[in-house]
Amino acid sequence: MQKVYTKIESIVGNVITVRAEGVRNNDLAEITTSRGKGYANVIKLDGDKVSLQVFQGAMGVSTGDSVRFLGVPMRVSFSDNLLGRIFDGSGHPRDNGPELSENMVEIGGPSVNPARRIMPKKMIRTGIPMIDVFNTLVESQKLPIFSVSGEPYNELLARIAMQAEVDIIVLGGMGLKYDDYLFFRDTLEKSGAISRTIMFVHTASDPTVECTLVPDLSLAVAERFALQGKKVLVLLTDMTNFCDALKETAITMEQVPSNRGYPGDLYSSLASRYEKAVSFEGAGSVTILAVTTMPGDDVTHPVPDNTGYITEGQYYLRYGHIEPFGSLSRLKQNVNKDTRDDHRSLMDGMIKLYSAYKDSLEKRSMGFMMSDWDEKLLAYGEAFESRMMDLKVNIPLEEALDEGWRILAECFEPTETGLRSDLIERYWPKES
Amino acid sequence: MESASKGYVTGVNGNMVNVRFASQVIKNEVGYIHVGDTRLKSEIIRITDGVASMQVYEMTGGIAVGDEVEFTGEMLSVELGPGLLTQVFDGLQNPLPGLAEKCGFFLERGVYLPPLPDRDWEFTPAKEAGDTVIAGDILGSVPEGLFTHQIFVPFTLQGEWKVRSIREKGSYNVHATIAVIEDGNGSQMDLSMAITQPVKVAIKGYDERLRPDEPMVTKVRIIDTFLPVAKGGTYCIPGPFGAGKTVLQHLTSRNAEVDVVIIAACGERAGEVVEVLKEFPELTDPKTGRSLMERTIIICNTSSMPVAAREASVYTAVTMAEYYRNMGLDVLLLADSTSRWAQAMREMSGRLEEIPGDEAFPAYLESRIAEFYERAGKVRLRDGRVGSVTIGGTVSPAGGNFEEPVTQATLKVVGAFHGLSRERSDARKYPAIDPLDSWSKYEGIIGKEKVDDAYSYLRRGNEVGQMMKVVGEEGTSLEDYILYQKGEFMDAVYLQQNSFDPVDDAVLPERQRLAFSILYDVLTSRFSLEDKKDARAFFNELRQRFLDWNGTATDDERYQGRLDDLRSFADQRRVK
Repeated sequence: MQKVYTKIESIVGNVITVRAEGVRNNDLAEITTSRGKGYANVIKLDGDKVSLQVFQGAMGVSTGDSVRFLGVPMRVSFSDNLLGRIFDGSGHPRDNGPELSENMVEIGGPSVNPARRIMPKKMIRTGIPMIDVFNTLVESQKLPIFSVSGEPYNELLARIAMQAEVDIIVLGGMGLKYDDYLFFRDTLEKSGAISRTIMFVHTASDPTVECTLVPDLSLAVAERFALQGKKVLVLLTDMTNFCDALKETAITMEQVPSNRGYPGDLYSSLASRYEKAVSFEGAGSVTILAVTTMPGDDVTHPVPDNTGYITEGQYYLRYGHIEPFGSLSRLKQNVNKDTRDDHRSLMDGMIKLYSAYKDSLEKRSMGFMMSDWDEKLLAYGEAFESRMMDLKVNIPLEEALDEGWRILAECFEPTETGLRSDLIERYWPKES
Repeated sequence: MESASKGYVTGVNGNMVNVRFASQVIKNEVGYIHVGDTRLKSEIIRITDGVASMQVYEMTGGIAVGDEVEFTGEMLSVELGPGLLTQVFDGLQNPLPGLAEKCGFFLERGVYLPPLPDRDWEFTPAKEAGDTVIAGDILGSVPEGLFTHQIFVPFTLQGEWKVRSIREKGSYNVHATIAVIEDGNGSQMDLSMAITQPVKVAIKGYDERLRPDEPMVTKVRIIDTFLPVAKGGTYCIPGPFGAGKTVLQHLTSRNAEVDVVIIAACGERAGEVVEVLKEFPELTDPKTGRSLMERTIIICNTSSMPVAAREASVYTAVTMAEYYRNMGLDVLLLADSTSRWAQAMREMSGRLEEIPGDEAFPAYLESRIAEFYERAGKVRLRDGRVGSVTIGGTVSPAGGNFEEPVTQATLKVVGAFHGLSRERSDARKYPAIDPLDSWSKYEGIIGKEKVDDAYSYLRRGNEVGQMMKVVGEEGTSLEDYILYQKGEFMDAVYLQQNSFDPVDDAVLPERQRLAFSILYDVLTSRFSLEDKKDARAFFNELRQRFLDWNGTATDDERYQGRLDDLRSFADQRRVK
């Protein structure tokens, strides 16, 4: 099986073709070029013609370069030694640490049996009120962060990586600007969170094929930790780059595009990754938060659209904060009944008032007279934005709920809030 | 059976494998690819120049050129027999709980388990030795939960056969021979309670197809009254993500007045199936007082499971539906979502390098969708009983835009269209079915004339509402404003339902008729209202009273009081 082939017949995009026998679909091959050694995996077999996609890109590959099939599919080393380490999109160290080769596990493994899934019922605390209070993140949930270029989504992810109450963070970066990669690394190192973090980072200047491997590597590792009983949070950024990389490969392979050039299996490709989010009965869990930038702020673009059909809600990050409208955690009702008895009512009440504030704001901008009630709402809206929505706010759920009551008390009379009287009696801040 | 033919893999492309074969193969025949110790199920979908293209129902990693393929000589089939109810299968009829016991958390590929539980059933014969039988005749029956489960002569049998022997009443294993039949040439066949049926061949064995003319009650007011579905009919629910397609399907699967419900979760989230799996055994069916699971079969091929099996899953589901229909039962098949099924076809078509149609869907998309929905229907069986298969499919249009191939192809062949709208779901209106865009060709529980009349108020009210956005309330006449209020009133008290309220969540037809008569009176009456403020206040109060009554159970002591209060409040201002 270790035979070396030295006749590459075609090189199109990042895909090369050699004639070889006994090769298995998805197998890994080592390719030696003038630039050094790299990897490729088999994506198509036709008689003795084997098509491989070259991870580091086919630029500079010579038709005389040698290809050696390794007889195994793409794998990643899995052990506790991964913690605190940073790898690239083909699983090689990006930090100065040693190469890991013990306990190799396959990536892109089989799907979890639906009959063995359990109902998600534990919340993940992030310290961000717009998540914890208003759209609670639940263990085993898969949620995208819909955003547009220029928004601080990577800052948000870094905050979550530092604060989320989980055992392990796996951060998968796809098409990251080098600065953003450094930002993640430095922020996590400074906060000490790096010790529980594993990073697989593909930067914008790295080969495209490696971009498509990042989610699989991240999720394979996460799944293994979860099976060992760990609570794992996988943070992916940016899934739109991942989809664009898939598009590039599909077009190279002359696949018929379906929608705006994306391959017809985009939905399945995304789903097979997102569905790795799971709670194992008697073991740990995998939760996925994935940044998806919407080209042109268009939610009907194929990437956010397909994502929305797969995930369990979405967070919209716009104008520097998580939007209270549009954002939705579909699983929140599974957990927010067991946190504190005022959680649900306060959440609904505050959002209703915030929505009324938006109406008043519109009225004001159209030049209408502001009533007393409008003035109250305007004061409330500003307090809500600066003390709840601002991404700098960093408080546990209970404190956030108390803060919510304080904001209400500063702006309204108890009866104006529409909240149940028994809750008001208990939680309304007493005059001090 | 003739000895199975063999072949060898010559190429792999995604989930399609090319195989060179030695003797003869059949289109749509099932074959197993041997990869090491595992056998991967696949189906021949095209034969060109001595090479069979097969879609593999598993992941294709590890397949090599030269791997052996063993053909079975049979088309992709399901096993039908007692014990299907309450089960959870994947798209190829693998029982998922059984797989979990065998393989643990993950779906290992190449593991295929027998779909029917290996147990004894109490068999009562309906035929005697010497009787002549043809395909689809009833050999006997066994009790299965709520139903008398008929045992059929296989639907694929050709010609007339004679019963040589049949077992007497007693308990037999599901796979034990219960009868031996013989054809004119003297060749014999052993029959058991389990029969196999190719999934892509519709089950016949009935006398004639009837027009679907009896409403299938879903207990959702907007559907039963305005956009009805008939037993044996078809309907589709397109909607953007988050509009509540799956929630609506869940509630229908729970509340629909049918005998058997088959849920085909096709390419959607696994978490949603888990909800059904955990909820249904706990819920009781109000009609029978038994667990809802006893009338349910779940076919579950969620989004991360192999794509080709997703394509098969809707056929697996509809075949089971037809099977129970032939027992004289009303069966409801809910497919969520048919778009994922269409996408599976698209993926395969791409691999076959077929010339693509719109949005790269294959040219045969429309005929496949039509074929599938045409398997619904109400039939009169040979013994005069009537059975039906109703199909309701969700559609997930890209970008929420209904002008896409799958929605359009579906609309051509269904009898009712329940389009969900983003505006209504954003406004937290449940169900988010758009009352003005949607339509139904079936007859509902209330006469068509009145329904159309009520609709006209909604339509005109909506027009006034649109106009008011431009000219403001000031520029609208009182008469128009009242029309607008009537439309809003109808939407609030009748078209929407409170799914969290145990009473309002599922409304029986009798109550719908009563509620509709009150609504209709309000819509068609003239009221003496001074100005717009007065009108708004009046309709607000009327609405509140209607909603209070909506939420009151008939056996509640406040029921009559609230009903009288509602009526008299409307009467006060009514102009005689």
